Formats: sequence, structure tokens, C-alpha cells
Amino acid sequence: MAKLNQTKQIAFLSGNEAIAQGAWEAGLKVAAAYPGTPSTEILETLAAHYKDIDAQWSVNEKVAYEVALGAAIGGVRSLFACKHVGLNVAMDPLMTSSYTGIKGGFVVVVADDPGLHSSQNEQDSRWVAIFSKLPMLEPSSPSEAYEYTKLAYEISETFDTPVMLRSTSRVSHTKEDLETGSRIEPAPVGELTPDIAKYVMVPKNAYAKHILIEERLRKLAAMAEKSKLNRIEMGDKKLGFITSGVSYNYLKESFPNASFLKLGMIYPFCDKKIAQFAKSVKQLVVVEELDPFIATHIKSLGIKITTKHPSFDIGELRPEYMADLVAGKKKKEVPATTRKPVLCRGCPHRFVFNTLRKLKFFVTGDIGCYTLAATPPMATLHTCVCMGAGITLHEGIRRAQPGKKIAGVIGDSTFVAAGITGLINAVYNKVKGIIVILDNSTTAMTGGQHHPATGKTIKEDPTKKLILEDLVKACGVDNVDVVVPYKLDELENLLKKRMDEDALSVIITRSPCRLIEKKYEPAPIYEREKCKACGVCLRIDCPAIHKQPDGTIEIDEFCAGCKLCVAVCPFGALKPHDKAIETK
Amino acid sequence: MTKQLKQNKTQKQSNWNILFAGTGGQGVLTASEVAGYAAVFDGYHVKKSEVHGMAQRGGSVESHLRFGDGVFSPLITKGAVDFLVSFHKDERDRMKDFLKKGGTDLIDALEKAKSSVSDPKFVNTYLLGVLSSYLPITEQSWMKALEKAFGQKRLEENKAVFSQGRARKQQ
Ligand SMILES: Cc1ncc(C[n+]2csc(CCOP(=O)(O)OP(=O)(O)O)c2C)c(N)n1
Ligand code: SF4
Ligand code: SF4
Repeated sequence: MAKLNQTKQIAFLSGNEAIAQGAWEAGLKVAAAYPGTPSTEILETLAAHYKDIDAQWSVNEKVAYEVALGAAIGGVRSLFACKHVGLNVAMDPLMTSSYTGIKGGFVVVVADDPGLHSSQNEQDSRWVAIFSKLPMLEPSSPSEAYEYTKLAYEISETFDTPVMLRSTSRVSHTKEDLETGSRIEPAPVGELTPDIAKYVMVPKNAYAKHILIEERLRKLAAMAEKSKLNRIEMGDKKLGFITSGVSYNYLKESFPNASFLKLGMIYPFCDKKIAQFAKSVKQLVVVEELDPFIATHIKSLGIKITTKHPSFDIGELRPEYMADLVAGKKKKEVPATTRKPVLCRGCPHRFVFNTLRKLKFFVTGDIGCYTLAATPPMATLHTCVCMGAGITLHEGIRRAQPGKKIAGVIGDSTFVAAGITGLINAVYNKVKGIIVILDNSTTAMTGGQHHPATGKTIKEDPTKKLILEDLVKACGVDNVDVVVPYKLDELENLLKKRMDEDALSVIITRSPCRLIEKKYEPAPIYEREKCKACGVCLRIDCPAIHKQPDGTIEIDEFCAGCKLCVAVCPFGALKPHDKAIETK
Repeated sequence: MTKQLKQNKTQKQSNWNILFAGTGGQGVLTASEVAGYAAVFDGYHVKKSEVHGMAQRGGSVESHLRFGDGVFSPLITKGAVDFLVSFHKDERDRMKDFLKKGGTDLIDALEKAKSSVSDPKFVNTYLLGVLSSYLPITEQSWMKALEKAFGQKRLEENKAVFSQGRARKQQ
């Protein structure tokens, strides 16, 4: 990728890259995040292309938020970025940072995922703006993401507030040509002087601050009335739209002649501008993705509007929906026939889940590539709620179902981000059982980011490496074992043994993700005449194995040579290649 | 002949909608990236949209590329695709309803691509070459875009495969 940060040039940037560029131009100094699709590339871009920015992968979103807030209180411009569910993790500091305000500008980027392209829920984070009383901007394209990020820093410092910038998958992951500029060198930071009334949120100070927050909201609303962020485009007065985000673009193409009030600042609302626009058009339609956020507010103003059928509250909008949506019709369900994603060829997780399935354990799961083990035919992950819950749901279900064979699984990145406290809780409250830490030395699901247990920072600099087995021991679990998942017998025997003990055991299965270590071995030899078309090898769900019409198989050229299929075949029809090296 | 066709199309058309469809690991996203850059280098307003996340794990991958005047939506409306570039027969079947009446389905080029290239890695470059022969983008911008995407890594081979695909129509 080219350097993005040169003076005045046309760049081709994704929404996430545009946010990075905008923040850099605005004089950003400190940026912190934990990876999460569709927000990950904001920090990746900042770390890779802007050497003057202090960027980090934090341990989780709460930590990242606090680091970035601290930098802002310290007087520099800072940025926090997360996916929608990451915002939930950062909610505690976020709510009170609305009270403390900032010194240097602070932008909080949240990327929602309508359509659940890569998430466990479809929450609409716009409500957080109302809940936290923070202003929120919503760009509709990468070029707006770029402009709004720069503006957000000005609003932040003018109104002494963190400013939220809400993106969605279709903004973050769309690329557009845009003209970039150069960096404003930030003003000197100034002295670090205590301001207890501002930064120590004890009841008395917080009460005084709450009064100021309400005042701030009124001032922000007045700004919203005048701001170019909220733009009226008068066209045909018979049909007017109030809209924001990517929906604006869909409408512009479906109804090019209509009138528009496009909201770039979606909280606080510009009530006067809304009322004025409402008066100037005959039919007023509110179009927005996910929840009726704008519509609920406008209805509360007593303005008559047409809203979408509730079926459109679910899933992302698409340009071809616009005609039906505006006509008030129900969404025509489109059957999802997309090819399902599966664990990669040779993925170490597949060995663990195949063994857990064989042992018929109930498996409380977590979030990562391994969540794919829930899909049939593997179907060996039985819960997935949020990061860290693989450990805590294990405890809860054990309390409800004592004596059952239950194991919890969690990835290495997830364990560090959200699993440690749950493990300590299990030790403290005397829970028994097995927690498997699937250590593939990366945050694979989001594209392979470093975390404390990989020993490298976001900039690939070596740092102190967190040793998981030492940490787990220090938590006080009874047994800690480290195994290589490819050694199937060892893994199976260990799982059986630990399940029968009256102990809390952690088993760390350690082998790198196939995307980090691309060490492939020759494909197994398939002796078709021995194959009984039993389908057992198909149940491991390896993408290199293709079922033939007669029930036999074909192994494609992308086989990783991991030999799991060899291990499961009951008839010896699959044999390791002569040249295959035994897995150490 | 090709030139003539291109000019006629350009006169009528202000927006170009190209849908790339395949599965993870086939180079779908790289192909649309190259085409996107080529359009940017030629001075067009461009939007390209895709979904990340499952791309590396064999799931369906689609990338929408649009350029020209009046491009707002990052997604192509169903029934408005000018060119469908598929990397897999199943994905093509899944997406074919997106083609507009009279739109061009480049599925035939896929077999040709597979049999013409020495390394499956070049299938996407070959397909890009084929696509390029239909689009009003200069060869110079295509070459610049290839350099942008591949750096010096196998650049000459990529350029050669691209040119092979680009010349296909004349064969
Ligand atoms: C609160 C929250 N933050 C971020 C994410 C995005 N996310 C999904 S899985 C994952 C971690 C995956 O890493 P790991 O646990 O090591 O498993 P792997 O994918 O490597 O198998 C992340 C960060 C999320 N779902 N929730
Ligand atoms: S990316 Fe890595 S961890 Fe994820 S499925 Fe592939 S090999 Fe497994
Ligand atoms: S075909 Fe067999 S050896 Fe090859 S990757 Fe799949 S399970 Fe492993």
C-alpha cells in the first residue's frame, strides 16, 4: 500500500483508512483499540502508515478507551475505535467521560454491522449517543468519514466533550477516491495541572458536571441547526426524505429528484431544521438502517412521517429495497444461499473440536475462528454470547447441571481480552471442569493481530511476552497442560483424564494459525478401492475434501497435509504420503 | 471492432457497475482493487464495496465496483450489473440475477483463464485483462494499477497474463 499521508493528492481510501487520514491531518497523537470487524483497519492504518502517531492494540476496549481518554485529558488529540459490541465493553468509562470532558480533542469511532456480516448481534449504537449525552456524527461515505473526523476534533474541543463518529460496514469497507490534505501540527501540550473538579467524578463534582452536560447538549443542538453537517437539498417538494448514513446514497439513486434533509450530526437533533423541512414537503419519509432512531425522535416532535415497515429494521438495507421501503411495503425476504465459511485446511482448531465431539462434551464457546465449529457437520460448540463467556458460561451451566461433561473453550486473544477474570472467578468460587485455551498465537478471526501473548506490538516491535501457562497457574487452577493439538491421542487422553478429576484444569492447545505459519505437507494418498463411502471424513468439514456423487471423495490441490482425515478414516482408505513428516 | 463497441458504450453510459464474485482465497478482492485503482487513475469517481471477515475462510466473497458520474450507492442494485466477473461457477449462479438485461457475464472467460495460466494465482489477473477490454479505462492506468497492487512481486508475469486476457477478444 502506498503512503497515504502526502500533501493534496487523490487517494483511494476505505472509510476506515479515511478516518485514519482525517485524524492524522487533525493532529492526532494517541490512538488505541482492540480489533473488531468492521473497525480494525483504522488502527492498522494508523500504525502502519503514520509514524508520528502513538498507536496501540490494547488488551480490550475498556482499556483502549481509558488509554485514549487519558491521552485526551493529558492534552493531546486522541482516538478510540471499536466495533459495535466493543462499545459495550467500553461503556463504563464512556458514560463518565461524558462528565469529565477532555482537554485535547477525543474522537470515539464505533462501527456497526447491519446485516451481521461478521458479528454476534446487530445492535444500533446510535442509541448510545442519547444514553451518554454525547454528540454523534454519521458519515455516509469514505469522503464524509474523512471530513467528519476532522470536524469531530473541532467539536470535541469547542464543546469539551468526546465526540462519537458512527460508521457501518458499508461505510468502513467501501473505498472511494478523495482528495487528502496535510497535517496540522498540534499545539504544544501545556502543563499537566490537576483539575479535581473536572476530572474526579465523585458525587459532588459529578452533579455539577451533569448540569453542564445538559447545557452542553443545548449548545450542541443550536450548533446542529446551523451546521453544514445537516444539509437540505431541495428538489421535488412532493417527496422529502430525512435520512443519514449509507441509506442516503441508496435513496439518491432511487429517487434522484426528491428533496433531502441529510443528517450528518444525528445527535443532538436539529429540531428546527427538521420542522422547517417537514413543512416544505408534501410527503415526508424517514429512511434509516436498523432501529427507528431518527423516526422515533421526529415522531416525538409531533411531525407526521412515513416510516419503513418493521421488517426493514432487521438486516442491512440495499439499494433495490428502496422502492418497497418508501411505499411502506414489507421486506421481501431474500433467501441466504451464500457459501458457509469453514475452518481453514489444516487449522489446529479442527483437531480440538473433532476430539471434543468424539468425547461428546457439552462445549461452552466463545468468539473467534473456532466459533465456526458450531456449524454442522462439526456442531461441537454449543454456546456463543460474547467475548469471555466461554469460561463463565461453563461455570454457570455447571452450576445448573452438576456432574455433566462440560468443557469451556476460548481463543488466546479472547482469553487475554476477557477471559482472565472469569477464570479467577471459577477458581475463587470452587468450580471444577476443563477450560481449553485454543492458542494459535494470533487474533485470527479479525485478520491476525498481535496481542500480549504474541510478544509483539501493533507496530511489530518485540515487547514483553505474556506467558499464558504462568498466568493461568497464578490464577490458581489445579492443572495446567500445554499440548500440540495435532497429537490427537495425547489430546484425547488428557481431556478424558481431566474430565474425570475433581479439579479445575486448563489445557492450552498450542499451534500457530495456518495463516501465520504456512507450512504445508503433501496430501494423503487416497485409495478409492478401500473407501466404503461412509462419510466419516466429511464430518471433519475440511474444505479440501470434496464429496463425489457416489459418496467417495476427492482431495483438492490446496490440502494442507494435516492428516486429520487419515486419523478418522475407519477403513484405512487414507494414508499419509510417503514424504509426509510425522508431526512433532 | 473492440474500440468501436467501447465508444458506443461510453456514449450511452455514465455509470459502470462491475460485480466480482467468488470464494475466499481466490483473489476476488485483489482483482476489484486493481480495477478500482485503474478507474481512479483515469480520473473517475469510484466506489468499491465488499465485506471483510470471512474472506479467508472459504466463504462467499463479493465485491461491488462502480465508477462514473452520479455514483452514490456503494452497492450495485440487483439487475443493474454491467459485468459479472465470477471466480466460481456456484458463485456465478448465485449472483446472476444481479446482471442487467444485456449485461455481460464473463463466466466463459473463467475456463479460458484456468487453462491459460501457469499458476492458479494468475486466474484473477487474466480475468481482469478480459474485463479491461470492455471498459473505457486506458491501458496505462491498468498497468499503473497492477504495479500498485502487486508492487514488484511477480509484476512482469502479472502484466503478461493481464495482456493475454486483454487480447482474448481479438483471438
Ligand atoms: C467485545 C468484542 N470485541 C471484539 C470482537 C471481535 N472479535 C471477534 S473474535 C475476536 C478474537 C479472536 O481471536 P482468538 O480468540 O485468539 O481466536 P482465533 O480467531 O484466533 O481463533 C475478536 C477480537 C468481538 N466480537 N467482541
Ligand atoms: S485463520 Fe487460522 S485459526 Fe482461523 S480457521 Fe484459518 S487456520 Fe484456523
Ligand atoms: S484433506 Fe485431510 S490432510 Fe488435507 S487438509 Fe484436509 S484433513 Fe488435512
